[in-house]
Amino acid sequence: MRTRLDPFGWLTYFCAFTVLAFIFLPLLEMFSQPTAEDLWEALKDKDVARAIWLSIYASGLAALISLVFGTPFAYLLARKEFPGKKLLESAVDLPIMIPHPVIGIAVLSLAGAGHPIGNFLGEIGVRIMGSVTGLVVVLTFVGLPFHINAVRTGFAAVPARMENVSRSLGAGLAQTFFRITLPLAWRSILVGMIMCLARAISEFGAVVIVAYHPMTAPVLIYERFTAYGLKYSQPVAVWLIVVSLLLFVLLRVLSTPRKARA
Amino acid sequence: MINVKGLNLRLPGFNLRDIDLNVGRGGFFALIGPTGAGKTLVLEAITGLVKPFSGRIHINGREVTGLPPEKRGVGIVYQDCALFPHLKVRANISYGLRYHRSEMPAAEKRLPELAARLGLERILDRGVENLSGGERQRVALARALLVNPKVLLLDEPLSALDPNFREDIRSMLGQIHREMGLTCLMVTHDFAEVFVLAQEAAVISQGRLEQTGSVQDIFERPSTPFVAEFVGMKNVFPARFTGQAALVEDVAFQIEARPAPGQGYLAIRPENVSLSRRTLEVAHRNAWPGQVLGLADRGIWYEIEVRIKGLSLKSFLPKSSLLETRPFPGETVIVTVSPQAVHVF
Repeated sequence: MRTRLDPFGWLTYFCAFTVLAFIFLPLLEMFSQPTAEDLWEALKDKDVARAIWLSIYASGLAALISLVFGTPFAYLLARKEFPGKKLLESAVDLPIMIPHPVIGIAVLSLAGAGHPIGNFLGEIGVRIMGSVTGLVVVLTFVGLPFHINAVRTGFAAVPARMENVSRSLGAGLAQTFFRITLPLAWRSILVGMIMCLARAISEFGAVVIVAYHPMTAPVLIYERFTAYGLKYSQPVAVWLIVVSLLLFVLLRVLSTPRKARA
Repeated sequence: MINVKGLNLRLPGFNLRDIDLNVGRGGFFALIGPTGAGKTLVLEAITGLVKPFSGRIHINGREVTGLPPEKRGVGIVYQDCALFPHLKVRANISYGLRYHRSEMPAAEKRLPELAARLGLERILDRGVENLSGGERQRVALARALLVNPKVLLLDEPLSALDPNFREDIRSMLGQIHREMGLTCLMVTHDFAEVFVLAQEAAVISQGRLEQTGSVQDIFERPSTPFVAEFVGMKNVFPARFTGQAALVEDVAFQIEARPAPGQGYLAIRPENVSLSRRTLEVAHRNAWPGQVLGLADRGIWYEIEVRIKGLSLKSFLPKSSLLETRPFPGETVIVTVSPQAVHVF
């Protein structure tokens, strides 16, 4: 027998539908606008391919850097209790709150001539402004919180008691990490990398300040939009969405265990 | 075998203070106390998972206070088993073997032996996800025992089990303890486990040990009001002593022993407070008329509150006996307490 839905039930369905429409309508519209020919043209366009590749490449580097530096930090946050931990956790989230152009400006002012760090970088021949290096720096900046948060959640989900038992059985800290914690949390580490990657690919505000050239896909879309109009920016945007969607699917596949864990 | 001396531990919002414990070789010691009293923290200090602020811990005559957990030779079995979910039963059990190379050949031979003893042969090649509660607990036990720990710490090992498994695992634990000559320290709040398994016990409350001694002493001769209440003496009162009597409110209880100086409490188990309708033929030294205040169903018995003058006592009455003399609130009954049943401290 079906139970009748009360007004509150209807309200929840209505809101769910509205939210879904809000997300999917613009995306579907974007996909339906360009013709297959436009898309093909865009794919053959050297600039488009280069921009998308640069986006993936630089974001991938950002994800790797996050993996190396963010993972141990995430472990620390998941396992250790210390005064000021809440503050530290909020600090990790700062890059999410700060307006992205501000991030770009902040990075540039640090790396500019006149600042000791900027001078040092200049001496060893590292250029931030308008370089792939600068790109990777800001992409890591915006992506790192997503990596750390995802991985921290993963580590926290491994019961500390399992690590305790492992150590009581004779395994040291490192052995416990590699035999117990990592096998149980690798999925979250992967998810963290993909989250970081996805976030970095979609970054525009900080990138446009630090490195308008070499051009990443979002900057290219922006340039096509301002220079030629909506119609010319759409095919590139579609390809960027396709790449993002692939990442998204990969994320879901990897983060769903083959069988439900007890 | 396990010797904890003056252990102090400071955590945000909780402290362990001046914990002294001594478990002899082959002994079975129970640490009991209410939830949040710091029981598990004591175990974790002994395994080396939390750093004490001060105090010393010796295991097997060797000081381990500053050693990391992996160097202490302390096995631990948790209530939730903490089996490694990504490993099969066999790999779970043999997890610690590679860190005990010197004993490796012997230990490797012990695996089938241990599995047979714990009834695990048939599930060795299974994953741990779908094991029953009893199986999980036996796997956790086998995993801890395979590396031959000097002492075994048990953190409420039976409380997560179904009641019908619980007795099996409990008697198996007792058997293994006896046959392998293990030294065990168990944290629990189940009195049945304490009675069946332990010889000695300590009661902990708010990070402090209230009383340490033989299980019998703790249950029959509690030394603080907290322990008395905790072990089920529902009638605990401050008392004044005059000769062979203890005065609580206006009621004078005849007692067996002459109280020592400094003692100021009286405790009576509710099952030792008897109620009857008729005056007993034999004159009883502690008999008063009392008014029934209330009656609560406790499953196989009733908990009855009676008032004698200004004092209210709790009494347990088996339901079977109630059939004849079911008291009702407001009724006056004869309350008797044998002088031997009055514990003073």
